[in-house]
Amino acid sequence: MSLRYAAARAVAVWLALSLSAGPAAAQSSTHAFTNARILSIAGAPIDKGTLVVRDGKIVAVGPAGSVPLPPDAETHDLGGKLVMPGLVDTHSHIGGVAGGDGSAPLQPDVRVLDSLDVRSTGLRRAQAGGLTTVNVMPGSGHLLSGQTLYLKLRGGTTVDDYLIKLADGRVAGGLKMANGTNSIRTSGAGPFPGTRAKSAALVREQFVKALEYRDKVRKAGDDAEKRPARDLGMESLVEVLDGTRTVHFHTHRHDDIITVLRLAREFNFTPVLQHVSEGWKVADEIARSGAGSSVIVIDSPGGKLEAVDLAMTTGAALEKAGALVAFHTDDWITDSRHFLRSAGLAVRAGMSREKALEALTINGARLLKLEDRIGSLAPGKDADFIVLSGDPLSVYTRVEQTWVEGRKVFDLSSPEDHLYAVGGYGATRGETMHADEEEQ
Amino acid sequence: MTVRGGAVLLVLVALGYAIPASAQVAVRADTVHTMAGPAIADGIVLVGADGKIERVGRAADVRVPAGYRTLRARVVTPGLIDAHTVVGLSGMLNQPHDQMQLERSAPLQPELRAVDAYNAREALVEWLRRHGITTLHTGHGPGALISGQTMIVKTRGDEVDEAVVEPMAMIAVTLGDAGLAEGDRAPGTRAKAVALLRGELLKARDYLSKREGPEDKRPARDLRLDALSQVLKKERPLLVTAHRATDIGNALRVAREFDIPIVLDGAAEAYLVTDTIKAAGVPVIVHPTMMRAFGETENLSMETASRLRAAGIPFALQSGYESYVPKTRVVLFEAALAAARGLTPEQALAAVTIDAARILRIEGRVGSLETGKDGDLALFDGDPFEYTSHVTGVVIDGRVVSETPQ
Repeated sequence: MSLRYAAARAVAVWLALSLSAGPAAAQSSTHAFTNARILSIAGAPIDKGTLVVRDGKIVAVGPAGSVPLPPDAETHDLGGKLVMPGLVDTHSHIGGVAGGDGSAPLQPDVRVLDSLDVRSTGLRRAQAGGLTTVNVMPGSGHLLSGQTLYLKLRGGTTVDDYLIKLADGRVAGGLKMANGTNSIRTSGAGPFPGTRAKSAALVREQFVKALEYRDKVRKAGDDAEKRPARDLGMESLVEVLDGTRTVHFHTHRHDDIITVLRLAREFNFTPVLQHVSEGWKVADEIARSGAGSSVIVIDSPGGKLEAVDLAMTTGAALEKAGALVAFHTDDWITDSRHFLRSAGLAVRAGMSREKALEALTINGARLLKLEDRIGSLAPGKDADFIVLSGDPLSVYTRVEQTWVEGRKVFDLSSPEDHLYAVGGYGATRGETMHADEEEQ
Repeated sequence: MTVRGGAVLLVLVALGYAIPASAQVAVRADTVHTMAGPAIADGIVLVGADGKIERVGRAADVRVPAGYRTLRARVVTPGLIDAHTVVGLSGMLNQPHDQMQLERSAPLQPELRAVDAYNAREALVEWLRRHGITTLHTGHGPGALISGQTMIVKTRGDEVDEAVVEPMAMIAVTLGDAGLAEGDRAPGTRAKAVALLRGELLKARDYLSKREGPEDKRPARDLRLDALSQVLKKERPLLVTAHRATDIGNALRVAREFDIPIVLDGAAEAYLVTDTIKAAGVPVIVHPTMMRAFGETENLSMETASRLRAAGIPFALQSGYESYVPKTRVVLFEAALAAARGLTPEQALAAVTIDAARILRIEGRVGSLETGKDGDLALFDGDPFEYTSHVTGVVIDGRVVSETPQ
């Protein structure tokens, strides 16, 4: 039996080496996908459609016959399979990330960028689940645990290969905050808050400081003498105040959700509500606030006091109220490979099919402010899409291929990728349940 | 309860039947999965006042007697069986007072009874019931070498006595990392754990033979050894949670040495040793299809069930044990994923009905829709496994216990 392991591992290693030897070089840059059922999310479903991508961007999408096939395109006849945008996960912990340490409850200077292990099998599982963009976040054990990172699952050898560069040159990412019990330490020792009111007070204090810091910077103008010393934490909070960095606020209970909205109003930023377990209780308030919601769908309520009233109906309630809804995996809480399932179960609980599919794609993109680049299939957008064996909301459907910026990063028919898709010997070697077992 | 139901109950109580109040129920469905033969198109299941199935057949052949309440569904299956959970001992709140599935004071405590710790009103029991799960094999969980006993309950009743089907089903053993004690306490290694287990079984064997010997030489009763004696007498199996191939091998070796029945639980790496498991004739209650893979479960596969199926090893599916969020899995969802990862839908359904019943030794009562069996039914408005289908009704012992679409 051990010989068999050794042989299997040798094959796996050989496959890994041969596949990583240069997928970019091996893949043509112009592709035409024909004979596909296309859910573009940007428009009505196309029964027999064609998708053309070139140099990592979508060139054309439309019914067969209406889209010319470039002569240099590598053509893929999909035989009636389904194509939809790559999935956008607005809250994940893949890659072994960690943010702030135990030294303070607010650590806005800390970056997930500096902790991501791109060789973690979590990234491979995410590709197997059809995810193409992922908001990777530090945990919820702090009021503010650090800066998050919006990753493109392109594959690669360093974190730089996964980053999204914004027009202003910055790396795309948000800021992770949390209220409720996870960031409270009931022991009363140390710098962490012991109550909800103290939690809110510490956050207000931090934002007041950031306002003052921004004021000083603005008043100093070009005068280097008057400018305050650079403060890495303040800089990220100023980005929040300026609306160029999104706060992803972990919050479960209805009163905690309202507290987030109150703080956001006070400091004039638009947060993304993360988890929103009791969102169904305050759906109208959420809709009125303009805050987006990143909803988790969980197999049963409970597991912690704040999640006792967690319901699969939150997506439906928020949809009805007119709020912006996306889903997330919170991987390891739910597995990236089952992300489509979140939409299926939300529809079971009353959400419309249309909005549930948007919540996996374009609405996630909106919450990350990347909707001009990703989240739907339209000319000029990134060529991030997945090929499914059937309807996205059916349990029997498999993710067969995942493409990021015109390159195939997952193919179920490859033995190595199949291993990541279903598990088996070596599929999650060395993975641990990170501090984020505390997450949710 | 209807007036008629009440009257029936009075009659039955007068006759001395120790059964719960049951309305007479007829369920008509486009598809009836009896699990005792091919599915029946446009079928009817009749459940009598005694809570037992009276008749199953095509609607054209079965007349619904007057006074029966008729429920309609697209699909009806036997009430689902969760072949291994800790729900009822473990509760939704995840606070110390509702986490009774693991006693950490000693490594070997086979005398701990599940009936003494089961909360029939636990919200998670209701959650499972609303998803069509009517029978639970629950009790002491993984986490100690011998953590205690398990039992079988229906997901109904306000108190354990109303719920219980089998008060002592198995004795829970954990081999591998999860069964080790912390610090310098024993067992601290796999080899030590097996040594302790063998030592305890030897003690029980000696005790059993003396208890069966001359009266004047009988040792005083010992609850721990009493419990293990039932395993040595093959009345109850050990439920051995083992994920690594090493631990599965250890479980089979101990079973062979003491000639005792065991059921393997979890078995993340079972697919590596199917020949050995098959040769030992041991059934497997497979880890949840969507169980998280890390630590000693790092090599689990969503296809474990289908690989066991291919090897001809009897298996059932389970919700397992969750320590955080979600606090329980739902075996209906785990079966659905298994159906999408190598099993046929019929095989996956069997793994949460009749095949589970056989492994739990309760196939005489539940697991299929046949005359004389308990009137436990799950009603669906579509393919039971599709994410977007709903459980539209649940019947236990002839009582309609849930009609909230879930």
